[in-house]
Amino acid sequence: MPNATYISLIPLLPLAGFLLLGLFGKKIFKNSAGIIGTLLLLTSTILALYTAYGYFFDYGKVDGVYQKLIPLKYTWLEFSPSLLGRAGEGPLSIDMGILLDPISAMMIVVVTFVSLMVHIYSLGYMKGEERYSTYYAFLSLFTFSMLGLVLSSNIFQIYIFWELVGVSSFLLIGFYYDRPSAVAASKKAFIVTRFADLGFLIGILVLSFYSGTLDFNTLIQKLTSPESSELKTAVAASFLGVSALTWGLALVFIGGAGKSAMFPLHIWLPDAMEGPTPVSALIHAATMVVAGVYLVARLFPVFAISAPDALSIVANVGAISALFAAIIACTQTDIKRVLAYSTMSQIGYMMFALGVSKYGGEEGLGYTASMFHLFTHAMFKALLFLGAGAVIHYVHSNDMKDMGGLRKHLPITHITFLLACLSIAGFPLLAGFFSKEEILLAAYQQNTVIYWIALIISGLTAFYMFRLYFSIFWNKEYHAHGEHHGEGGAVMMLPLLLLAVGAVFAGYIPFGHFVSSDGKPLESEFHLSFSIAPVSLGLIGILTAMWLYKNENKKPAKLAASLSGLYKSAYHKFYIDELYLFITKKVLFNLIARPAAWFDKTVVDGLVNFTGNTTQDISERIKGIQSGKVQQYAIYFLVSAVALAVLFIYVWKT
Amino acid sequence: MNLLLLIGLPLLTAVGVLLSRNTQQVRSIAFAGSALQLVLAIALIYFFNKERAAGAAAQMLFEQNYALFPSLNINFHIGVDGISVAMILLTALVVLAGVLVSWNVENLPAGKAGMTKEFYFLLLLLAMGAYGFFISLDLFVLFFFLEIAVIPKYLLIGTWGSGKKEYSANKLALMLMAGSSLVIVGILGMYFGNGEHKSFDLVHIAQTGLSSSVQKLFFPFLFVGFGVFTALFPFHTWVPDGHSSAPTAGSMFLAGISMKLGGYGCLRVATYLMPQGAQEYSNWIIVLSSIAILYGAFATMMQRDLKYMNAYSSISHCGFVLLGIGMLTKTAIVGAVMQMVSHGLMTALFFAVIGMIYERTHTRQINEMGGLLKVMPFTMTVLFIAGLCSLGLPGFSGFVAEMTVFMGSWQNADNFHRIATVVACMSIVVTAVYILRAIGQVAMGPIKESFNGLSDASWNEKLAAAILIIGIVAIGVAPNWLNDLIRPGAEIIMNKISGK
Repeated sequence: MPNATYISLIPLLPLAGFLLLGLFGKKIFKNSAGIIGTLLLLTSTILALYTAYGYFFDYGKVDGVYQKLIPLKYTWLEFSPSLLGRAGEGPLSIDMGILLDPISAMMIVVVTFVSLMVHIYSLGYMKGEERYSTYYAFLSLFTFSMLGLVLSSNIFQIYIFWELVGVSSFLLIGFYYDRPSAVAASKKAFIVTRFADLGFLIGILVLSFYSGTLDFNTLIQKLTSPESSELKTAVAASFLGVSALTWGLALVFIGGAGKSAMFPLHIWLPDAMEGPTPVSALIHAATMVVAGVYLVARLFPVFAISAPDALSIVANVGAISALFAAIIACTQTDIKRVLAYSTMSQIGYMMFALGVSKYGGEEGLGYTASMFHLFTHAMFKALLFLGAGAVIHYVHSNDMKDMGGLRKHLPITHITFLLACLSIAGFPLLAGFFSKEEILLAAYQQNTVIYWIALIISGLTAFYMFRLYFSIFWNKEYHAHGEHHGEGGAVMMLPLLLLAVGAVFAGYIPFGHFVSSDGKPLESEFHLSFSIAPVSLGLIGILTAMWLYKNENKKPAKLAASLSGLYKSAYHKFYIDELYLFITKKVLFNLIARPAAWFDKTVVDGLVNFTGNTTQDISERIKGIQSGKVQQYAIYFLVSAVALAVLFIYVWKT
Repeated sequence: MNLLLLIGLPLLTAVGVLLSRNTQQVRSIAFAGSALQLVLAIALIYFFNKERAAGAAAQMLFEQNYALFPSLNINFHIGVDGISVAMILLTALVVLAGVLVSWNVENLPAGKAGMTKEFYFLLLLLAMGAYGFFISLDLFVLFFFLEIAVIPKYLLIGTWGSGKKEYSANKLALMLMAGSSLVIVGILGMYFGNGEHKSFDLVHIAQTGLSSSVQKLFFPFLFVGFGVFTALFPFHTWVPDGHSSAPTAGSMFLAGISMKLGGYGCLRVATYLMPQGAQEYSNWIIVLSSIAILYGAFATMMQRDLKYMNAYSSISHCGFVLLGIGMLTKTAIVGAVMQMVSHGLMTALFFAVIGMIYERTHTRQINEMGGLLKVMPFTMTVLFIAGLCSLGLPGFSGFVAEMTVFMGSWQNADNFHRIATVVACMSIVVTAVYILRAIGQVAMGPIKESFNGLSDASWNEKLAAAILIIGIVAIGVAPNWLNDLIRPGAEIIMNKISGK
């Protein structure tokens, strides 16, 4: 059986790192912060590998099916049961627990491994930074939150860590806090994902209300078994003609789409590249941005069995995002932004793979493929970002125009970057090839339109990745100016090499044996004939990029000019940012907030002041009556007595 | 445990402050007194839980009852349940922090040199009023303490305040007095409406129950009356001006404690004693509080002054208290009480840090600041924490309270309640917008030339912030202790509402 202590140490060690470095970092661990953070994480990584090994090969499988184990669970906050008074309904509670199943076991390995690579890399990259210990404290906080997220056994627990992941991302994007662009980017990332989380939160409220629980296992069981009364009410209850269950899941998916930068909530991701490059590798490429995919995978049985409508939303949003981002990636010149759009596109792949999948058996191939791609993508995308980091470290610029011919200056970076590019482009026998083929196969079997879109994207992917590769490492000659410190030393190269191993060989893991929609092993068949189309498209993409960018020439500019309209709008990211700016600045500020503030100041407060002033006015006017003069009072008395007498005699006579 | 200690100690401290000879003595006495008070509050939780664990099932514990005016049946009746204990802890934390940040009150630009003594005296008097209010079980005594907690405010703002302080002090005192006058009408209505046996006794009235016509007539008086204190829309406009003009500790007390008197009154007096009235008017409460939540948040977005920003955000956050009460489910009521505690701590922290910033930069205009993280890392970290708590980040108390309110609200299955809940949920996005805008401008960005060389927080300010942060985190990380403390009390109120 799994040992709860070991497993809970996996997230808790980074938390300890955060507290230690956050509270005492500046004074005590000014220089050793990196080592401390890295060592703690190394321990976590070993424990994660140990746990995953134990789960997959020892205790996880019972009768050929991988189980969902809960080695640890304690009640964090208990709510009173709802007023429905359903039979057997206990109190709702937010539990802090550990859920061990194939995807969480895989994710703890991915998160700790990539995070460890980033920790090691940062030892070199961030050396000499003024806020070195703060940086490691934030990295630890992020790693803790992300591990808590993937291990969550309760839908509210995942929301809690979801928010914590969001705030650590905010802190890290804004790490260079004196740059206005970094501040703006960090705010944007937080607010856009917060907006998406609003959907997630309401989705949780809906799902928990109908299932009567917040616990993942119970919730899935109650909302998938055909005879459960909870499922029947959730399907029967409808709002605007859509069933409550579909609403709940779609709302939850909005949260996932925000964090995973799916169209149209993607606008924060490219800007998030303002953070230090290792952070982009960790958070905005390999781990946090796949949280949305993970969330859908976590609730996959409910999506697939009970609410196929919601699942088709996932498929469509994923496919649109993948295509949209791939087109934009072809035009960007900031190398980190190219990678950011590439990430968005690849996550779109994972999303629609889930979206086209069904639950159980052969039809669940999309689920396995999605998780497989998540795994391989983490390797090669982290590698690409760290490689880009080495390049930026060397040339002190993010822009492609300042690069070129760097292959001689940065040999290790060059080779590893090339491998990663080949892997993501789906070059045969590298990791990306296997996972991408599986996704394409799943799409082919279930949804032809999405299959064709995916095919086009695989050509585009190869093109923009090699556009990037050739522009950095070939093209014009690089003329080094000033002093240079080489590639960044062993601490920066070691992670590149280790990740390169992953980017090349991760595809040989028989993924379907371990991860499948229903826990039963899935044999993925491999069809050579099926691969012909995507591979040749990929090669065409690579060759086109080579033709255009290998040597400095006028062809790219001409091509851009001939596609002027399309090129320009793609270069400007299809003006989505401008649209958002319009909505927030014009609508939210000028049409809602400003009138609200004005109304409060003028009308509501005006009434208060009016009341006060009127009272004062009236008393000012009537104070003359109380003059203190006896003669005046006598007159009042006389007149009143006469008036009353008249009243009594003539008016009120009875 | 003898509850008289809770009002005796602040009174004694206040007298001690008056008798002391110099500033140093004033500070030490005030600090010692309020620290001891915090110890008392924690001890109270301990003994309370111990009694409960030992099986003490009475609704109120540690009761004492002395006749004050027998011919009118006015008694000095005190006692506590979990809800009052939670509020007492809140008060003790805020008072101690408030005493600590007022260390240099004599240096206030508008302050009168040599009046430190009077300042602390008024603070402690206020504190005593709040403690008395939270332990009163006799409505007459409760009203008496409510007034004690208002009048020193007027003097604090009028004397030590800033900006248009006379106007603000007047406005605050008059609006709160208007609220009190509604409250006293409601209390008298209950007194005379309680059949043959006229009584101010809260427990007694709850037992005998009021006739439904009395409830429907007087519930609005009490709810609106107390509602004025807790920024019920549209009676909230004293909040921005009052808070902004008050000295730092004054704002902390005002938002941290005074606004909670209203929430507590709405729950304990209005809703508990007139459950049918509450049911009758609950839709109104929900509508008004949802407006306060979202509209308050939007109005906050446009504020340029940090204190105005936090004051407006208090309107929004206190809306959750009233929303929780109006939702009439047990979970929502627990959430409302949690929100009172949470908002009290968080907003006191926020005002404390605004005071710390103002003392150094001499401005509260958000646009005039920038990059302060460089020179004031501690203060800015506190600002981050206060801000993140305000926008409901998990790990801090705000999240726990808001989520409990949401969960409780959602238990009402009809569209009206659902829409109100969604409207309230939407505020978490708007809150994020204004909080990040403020943090981004004040703490981050390039530092302004003139701010180079500013000093960071002093020890007393650090201690004050630490005390409040510990409270916020203790609720945010392990909320069940507070939940368990509040729940039995909420259950009794809820049983009254559902007529069990």
